[in-house]
Amino acid sequence: MKRVSLVLTLAIAAGLAAGPAAAQTLKTIKDRGTLSCGVSQGLPGFSTPDDKGNWTGLDVDICRAIAAAVFNDPTKIKFVPLSAKDRFTALQSGEIDVLSRNTTWTLSRDTALGANFTGVTYYDGQGFLVKKSLKVNSALELSSASVCVQTGTTTEQNLADYFKGNNMKYEVIAFTSADETVKAYEAGRCDVFTSDVSQLYAERLKLSNPADHVVLPEVISKEPLGPMVRHGDDQWFDIVKWTLFAMVDAEELGVTQKNVDDMAKSDKPDLKRAFGTDGNLGEQLGLTKDWFYRIIKAVGNYGESFDRNVGTGSKLQISRGLNNLWNKGGIQYAPPIR
Amino acid sequence: MSIEARSPPSQFAFRLKRALGGRAGWGGVALQIVFVLILTWIGYEIFVNARANLESQRIASGFGFLNNTAGFDVSQSLIPYSGSDTYTRVFLVGLVNTILVSVIGIFFATVIGFIVALGRLSPNWLVSRVAGGYVELIRNLPILFQMLFWYLAVLAALPGPRQSISLFGIFFLNNRGLIVPSPIGEPGFGPFMIAVLVAIVASVILHRYARRQLFQKGIAIKVWPYVLGLLIGLPFLTALVFGMPFMLELPQLKGFNFAGGVRVIPELVALVVALSTYTAAFIAEIVRAGILAVHKGQMEAGLSLGLGRGSVLRLIVIPQALRVILPPLTNQYLNLTKNSSLAVAIGYPDLVSVFAGTTLSQTGQAIEIIAITMGVYLALSLLTSAIMSFYNWRLSRSLEA
Repeated sequence: MKRVSLVLTLAIAAGLAAGPAAAQTLKTIKDRGTLSCGVSQGLPGFSTPDDKGNWTGLDVDICRAIAAAVFNDPTKIKFVPLSAKDRFTALQSGEIDVLSRNTTWTLSRDTALGANFTGVTYYDGQGFLVKKSLKVNSALELSSASVCVQTGTTTEQNLADYFKGNNMKYEVIAFTSADETVKAYEAGRCDVFTSDVSQLYAERLKLSNPADHVVLPEVISKEPLGPMVRHGDDQWFDIVKWTLFAMVDAEELGVTQKNVDDMAKSDKPDLKRAFGTDGNLGEQLGLTKDWFYRIIKAVGNYGESFDRNVGTGSKLQISRGLNNLWNKGGIQYAPPIR
Repeated sequence: MSIEARSPPSQFAFRLKRALGGRAGWGGVALQIVFVLILTWIGYEIFVNARANLESQRIASGFGFLNNTAGFDVSQSLIPYSGSDTYTRVFLVGLVNTILVSVIGIFFATVIGFIVALGRLSPNWLVSRVAGGYVELIRNLPILFQMLFWYLAVLAALPGPRQSISLFGIFFLNNRGLIVPSPIGEPGFGPFMIAVLVAIVASVILHRYARRQLFQKGIAIKVWPYVLGLLIGLPFLTALVFGMPFMLELPQLKGFNFAGGVRVIPELVALVVALSTYTAAFIAEIVRAGILAVHKGQMEAGLSLGLGRGSVLRLIVIPQALRVILPPLTNQYLNLTKNSSLAVAIGYPDLVSVFAGTTLSQTGQAIEIIAITMGVYLALSLLTSAIMSFYNWRLSRSLEA
């Protein structure tokens, strides 16, 4: 890990980030022929490789959608697995074009890191995973517990705030990768494993006996997860932002991967604008007229991606909750394509 | 007609020419100046370019972040620390933890290394084979792998806090570490510490006096009974006069963990064990080479004087061997210090973990933090080298005298 960040640091120092050229991310990607996408080192549901090296997940679908919009080919991607600690340095140095790695949107990350969040792919919150045998029913009973956490995350700070705020003592043991953290939890080094709730459900599947562990009801923080791009290239910022919006809008418009070909022939004005049969909205983004079609054809709409990766169609079985559309009881809301 | 004395060529210019240009003369000097200029220019370009890029992307830079609140906790800290302290404090916590591991590791590595080396040279077949096997096994396995082995093996074998292994109800061993009673100072603590100090100083003086008597007058004085008496008797007497120096606070199971007492976390244990056994394998070979480098005639001469094998080693062979041992031994000490940065893999909060890890990803100021961290390791290494050079200098002086 240390070596990676050292190399990346030197890369920044040596100016490989190429400040003036940063405004041409789209051109650079097209010249290179692949999109470089920063993902996790393996988090089921969000970004995880299978035994053949194919990446899947909600975060991966964002990258696939961008690649589809740019190249009309969702496979032209180089996935760069990053630890929580190295992810921002990789983005700053230009090693990746977009960071889509269950990253929480906070003010300091939006500003001082030299990067921008483009939207929220998943509304999450921090929770606690404990062994059932401890007979703990609430996070407020965790005083004097040992807590395993992954270093370089907002989780670490929320944890300190929560225990301090409730006048509880605790011991924190921080590891670099999620795998090491879970291993230490399973070995009994800690009583509690804390992370974003979605991640707790995903990691629980990796434990030898998932049924022996339970996620406590308390959610102690807001964790809006979303993709990030570098400061200084508004065109690229728009493309990544509207790729997610397109997926959310598609769900609202009822466009799915299956019916996309039929819907493209529709006469409805909002669909005609989205599909580019009326106007040139895609070209305004710096893409092609059929950008919307390409995205939905490749990965489907937001709801489909959610169900396939983390929802009812997956092992994780997470309900939509906050991540449902705004008109269905959730808070996922995308500005109109017009 | 007077012969004018030829003035000698300017010594200063000559020396300068030799120092800077070597045999190449002034041409060499010019070449070196050009080289330094190019190097400076490259350094300047890197600096300016990095600053311009950071500014254009509006990435925060500078060292102001050190005064910001860290907002996260650390599992082991020898100095008072809480989440509301600054990043400077985090840096110090990490630094102290790194130094702690290095010092303990160096101590045990040296002790184990010497024992294994002597074992390998032992005439006893079994002892020398066991020592040889140790060296070959340990030094040929990657250090990170050994760390994970110790950490996970230690953890997996130990029970949880509620089923702790208890020694006399005073010491407790579980998968959260080793918990020992912590001493709490009582009124007799001050005089007790003074007594200990006095005893140590007196012992050192006594030892020096005996040495001088031996070298100058040839009188051998047995000092160890006096030293033992001083070190144990004096503090004991003080405790009798002034009362108990400290009370022991016994650890008690409370909630999930033990409260009270001092806890040695398993991460520290695993790290120290892995680092010291690994480095000891190399030190053993260095020590063995050093001892073999001393001519065997020295050993034979000592034995023929009627000294025992141990005395010959201690008085004749090892002092000479140390001259060969010290430089490569320094290398091993430096390696151990640098290897301690692998601690991050097993969750020990060293400098790389809390500062170049957590602090870096929270502030995003990679260049500053990596520069500081590299500076610290450089300083630690140079300091170790300096101490060892000083020792080497003293040693060679005493051997020449």
